[in-house]
Amino acid sequence: MHHPGATGVIQAQGVAFAYAGVQVLRFHDVAVEQGGTLLLRGPSGSGKSTWLALAAGLLTPASGGLRVAGQDMVKMSRSARDAWRAHTVGFLPQKLHLSEALTVADNLALAFFAAGVPVDRAAIAQGLATLGVDDLATRKPAQLSAGQAQRVALARALLLRPRVVLADEPTASLDDTACATALQRLQRSAQACGATLVVATHDARVLQALPQAQVLAFGANACKAIA
Amino acid sequence: MNVFTLSWRYLWARPLATVLNLLLLALGLATVALVLIARDQLDRAFERDLAGIDLVVGAKGSPMQLILAGVFHLDVPPGNVPLADVQQLQQHPQVARLITLSLGDNLAGFRIVGTTADYPAHYGATLAQGALWHAPMEAVLGAQVAVRTGLQMGQVFEGAHGLGAGGAIHAQAAYTVTGVLAPCGCVLDRLVMTATESVWQVHDDMHATDDMDDEDRAALTADREVTLALISYNTPLAAVSLPRFINDSTAMQAAAPAVEITRLLSMLGIGTRVLQGLGAVLLSVAALSVFIALWSAVRERQGDLAMLRMLGASPLKVGALLLCEALWLAVLACVLGLLAAHGLAALLGGVLTAEQSLAIPGWQWVHTEVWVPVMALGVALLAAGLPALSAYRLDVMQLLNSR
Repeated sequence: MHHPGATGVIQAQGVAFAYAGVQVLRFHDVAVEQGGTLLLRGPSGSGKSTWLALAAGLLTPASGGLRVAGQDMVKMSRSARDAWRAHTVGFLPQKLHLSEALTVADNLALAFFAAGVPVDRAAIAQGLATLGVDDLATRKPAQLSAGQAQRVALARALLLRPRVVLADEPTASLDDTACATALQRLQRSAQACGATLVVATHDARVLQALPQAQVLAFGANACKAIA
Repeated sequence: MNVFTLSWRYLWARPLATVLNLLLLALGLATVALVLIARDQLDRAFERDLAGIDLVVGAKGSPMQLILAGVFHLDVPPGNVPLADVQQLQQHPQVARLITLSLGDNLAGFRIVGTTADYPAHYGATLAQGALWHAPMEAVLGAQVAVRTGLQMGQVFEGAHGLGAGGAIHAQAAYTVTGVLAPCGCVLDRLVMTATESVWQVHDDMHATDDMDDEDRAALTADREVTLALISYNTPLAAVSLPRFINDSTAMQAAAPAVEITRLLSMLGIGTRVLQGLGAVLLSVAALSVFIALWSAVRERQGDLAMLRMLGASPLKVGALLLCEALWLAVLACVLGLLAAHGLAALLGGVLTAEQSLAIPGWQWVHTEVWVPVMALGVALLAAGLPALSAYRLDVMQLLNSR
């Protein structure tokens, strides 16, 4: 783990989160270099998702300093963080949330819609091809296997070449083989983009599969739950 | 991909619910639009046919019956009045113009009206073919009459007794068509016009008997009658004094069309209000249905919407998606509703034309229809307001915490 004060694409120092004015979580300091990998490890409810939301600019730290991709997340306005997130953060949720109303290609187009830029169909085709799912472009998400759906969601997360990729429990409910494949794919894809990868997990297999990753531990000894 | 195309895709992701909401909304709008169109067209038809007629004078009876019979040719007249009395009235200083009408016969249900050249001139009618009548038993056909009967210039026809089709044919008195009027969109389209003397001649012939002598014939001539007279005032003051003078001092009845038409429209207004109420109920139900659909859409799509927020869409953009869905419904329902309303109005107009009644052109835009898109928009915004707000305030943390 990097020491507090080190430079990096993600720098968190004395970050605390408050809910309804009451400080409920205080996180350990961390700094991650561009292209590095960070594991947020801890049991459910230990604050990993909150940390991801803070890093994505969806929540604001109550105190401390948090810089992501060169931006001060404390000082940035909410609307500025929305625009920033569209171009800087790729997100792979545990529940993939591919819209059943849209085709695979249009699900990817949502990234352009959210960012407020014209849809680049060539980039979508390339993004799907990189992950080997270009033949699924016209299918609806209901017609995909779990593995295919995760690759499509990953393609969406990487479409605008983000500087940070946040993955929330990407190996949950996967068997060992699928888990290893998914993690390799995730890390390879992030590296191909030059993005920093942050994986929130309570799965011990992830640590084994990503031995080079920095680890930010959550739980009683690592993340102080104040309330 | 923009907020309009994406909301369109989301709208049709649930086709059954969308079609049902669309039909419900369109039905409500069509009902309201039909009432607006019918009311406006009726007003216009009445206004067109009144065309500056200030007073109708005829036999004593119902004033509305007199107006409906004399101006719009929709009802039977209450009776006849002596020609001498009418001629006397023509000398009244407050009368600018007096046109006599003599009714009694029809051609295939179209009324044959004995009158003077002033009658078509009053409506600014022009001839499509031929010329006006110059002698008794010559006739000019209204445009609709010519089309429906197929009669041509120079052809002859016989009138039938009575104002509706099916009366005894006046076989001994044939009319010759001397002209056909161009369509005017007014009452003249469905009339056959001839000289007043034609009507007298036909009925003299009908009542004449072989044993009538010259004295009898002279008496018949002296007792000439007309059905009614259309009067235009010389001065607005006449509206106060002339009807009272006629009603109090003569055996005739004077009816002011403006008063009677206002009364008629207010009677029709009850039906109009019932239909408008029905439209309002349908619109309320549609609003509720759209609200429920959008509300459940927000619930069902919470993950999709939160994902959009995660991808960087602003809360405003996410809320706008819901609003746009409702707007699409409003636009589509508005188009469908207006088409349906005009289609029904055209159908109604066709039925009325077939029954030789008022002319209602169904496909004509009426200015009050501008309220239909306004109402559609209002219903859409009302129904989508809360769901859009809910989407706007979506808690993205739920997405992160959903397993």
